[in-house]
Amino acid sequence: MQRKQRLSRNTAYFIPYMLWILLFVIAPVLLLIYQSFFNIDGQFTFANYQTYFSSNTYLMMTLNSVWYAFLITLATLLISYPTAYVLNETKYPQLWLLLIIMPTWINLLLKAYAFIGIFSQSGIANQFLSFIGIGPQQLLFTNFSFIFVAAYIQIPFMVLPIYNSISELNPSYVNASRDLGATNWQTFSRVIFPLTLPGVKAGIQAVFIPSLSLFMLTRLIGGNKVITLGTAIEEHFLTTMNWGMGSTIGVVLIIAMVIIMMLTSGGKRRTRKGMTK
Amino acid sequence: MAVNTQPIVRLNHVCKSYGDHQILKDINLELEAGKFYTLLGPSGCGKTTILRTIAGFTAVTSGEVEFDGKVINGLPANQRQVNTVFQDYALFPHMNVAENVAFGLKLHKVSKDEIDQRVQDALAMVQLADFGDREISEISGGQQQRVAIARALVMRPKVLLLDEPLSALDAKLRKDMQYELRDLQQRLGITFLFVTHDQEEALAMSDEIFVMNDGAILQGGSPVDIYDEPINHFVANFIGESNIIPGKMLKDFEVEFVGKAFECADGGMRPNEAVEVVLRPEDLDIVAANQGKLVVTVDSQLFRGNYFEIVAYDSDHNEWLVHSTNPADEGEPIGLTFDPQDIHVMRLNESEAAFDARLEQYEDD
Repeated sequence: MQRKQRLSRNTAYFIPYMLWILLFVIAPVLLLIYQSFFNIDGQFTFANYQTYFSSNTYLMMTLNSVWYAFLITLATLLISYPTAYVLNETKYPQLWLLLIIMPTWINLLLKAYAFIGIFSQSGIANQFLSFIGIGPQQLLFTNFSFIFVAAYIQIPFMVLPIYNSISELNPSYVNASRDLGATNWQTFSRVIFPLTLPGVKAGIQAVFIPSLSLFMLTRLIGGNKVITLGTAIEEHFLTTMNWGMGSTIGVVLIIAMVIIMMLTSGGKRRTRKGMTK
Repeated sequence: MAVNTQPIVRLNHVCKSYGDHQILKDINLELEAGKFYTLLGPSGCGKTTILRTIAGFTAVTSGEVEFDGKVINGLPANQRQVNTVFQDYALFPHMNVAENVAFGLKLHKVSKDEIDQRVQDALAMVQLADFGDREISEISGGQQQRVAIARALVMRPKVLLLDEPLSALDAKLRKDMQYELRDLQQRLGITFLFVTHDQEEALAMSDEIFVMNDGAILQGGSPVDIYDEPINHFVANFIGESNIIPGKMLKDFEVEFVGKAFECADGGMRPNEAVEVVLRPEDLDIVAANQGKLVVTVDSQLFRGNYFEIVAYDSDHNEWLVHSTNPADEGEPIGLTFDPQDIHVMRLNESEAAFDARLEQYEDD
């Protein structure tokens, strides 16, 4: 009796969450898939997919998206891992962590506009470059500034999971490695990094997937020189009004995300590679 | 070749402080090659810190750590010829058993054939010859412990440091491992420095024990010496069970406690000096009340399997612990007898050097 009651109460607790998932995750995805099978005149068709996979423009765009997402993730990782590592050595890691997380509380658009100011012809960055005698340069609307700002925005999402896995690492592993004769670098490459890989993978998931569909930054900071799938979706929905095509790109994007999720969450238990040689 | 009498490890006036907190207070220690040493003390006494200064994980605040006659204070851990078996084993979870054991050899650019051979030998030595392909998570705590020992021994260290390696094992396995460790040490002839808070473990395995408390070594010596002649109240209490009774040294070989004078085997103290007297519970024999050297009243008793643990009080309200194969009657008086050499007399606040000197002086007579 009691157990049954508890069971039904537990189910009740799940209702808001289930409703949320249903209304804002499952229903939109189903709608998106449904819509991707209609052309601009509202007729059922597979043409959208045919267009997508036969058009060089779309395939290049896909490649571009993946390439830039890769560059952004790489830049973020290269900055975040050492940051997380040093953070763990500091006396008040929680305080530093808070400072790293704080920018995420500010609206993305505001941050983008702030960077327009910083990177503009008369902005602080160019004032500094002029001061050291190599400016002013064209900074805004370049690939560099796009990757720079995107990485800046993504860093907290990479630092957090990596920091967690580093701080959870048992310090005796490090001592054991040194005890057995490993230099600091060998200890890092053979013990610390492999054991913190789950955090790195989680960080890559958190950064790479959203980076695939960045569209606001490509316009505001990248000056629309970088056309990603995100930009294409926005164009189709807001400018050309070809919702069917926009949905098709959306579906492709979702499938790409699922594939990346599967790639980065597999083999969690143990990685033999690099250890046995 | 001349016999090498130089100690393999020597600590000279080693101190370690964290801020105002002094962890190690002027530690002096010598380890001879090929012996089994134990650092014994309650948790927080600094015994693990001594291990860490020898391993190279902790820098000393002052003093010298010598290895094979050379001061190695500044030498990083990875260049020291010592290896450690950690309390939590610290086996790498992303490698299997054989890879864990091979870890150190791979770093030292040993050839593949030799690595395979030595890993196999090391695993065979700890009776895990067929376990090389197992994952760390698939083997039991006792097996993990053996892998940790194999991983350290495969490096052929001159000194093996063991940081409470048995504390995570159950009682039965612990006993087995005590025999195995002792056996391993004697077979390999490597110096072992073993850290434990378990006095039984220390007594069973060691050639020499250093009893520590509060950052200092109180007494060093063979298990028998330390058990029979503890230097002070702390050591007597920590090693084995003791009755520690306040007394007065009347003259050499005569001590007074509970209002009576007894013949004893100790001397070298001032006449009428206040002392503490140690009598081990197993040295006390129960006789009829009128035949005992002392009469005590039984308060309670517990059956411990191979003996009865009897708690009794004398006329001065001192508590007496007696181990007897026969039960006593609660509330009844009993007589206790003991031999003069069962009495051990301790001076209050005697240093180890003074204690050793005094012992030598009157034992020579």
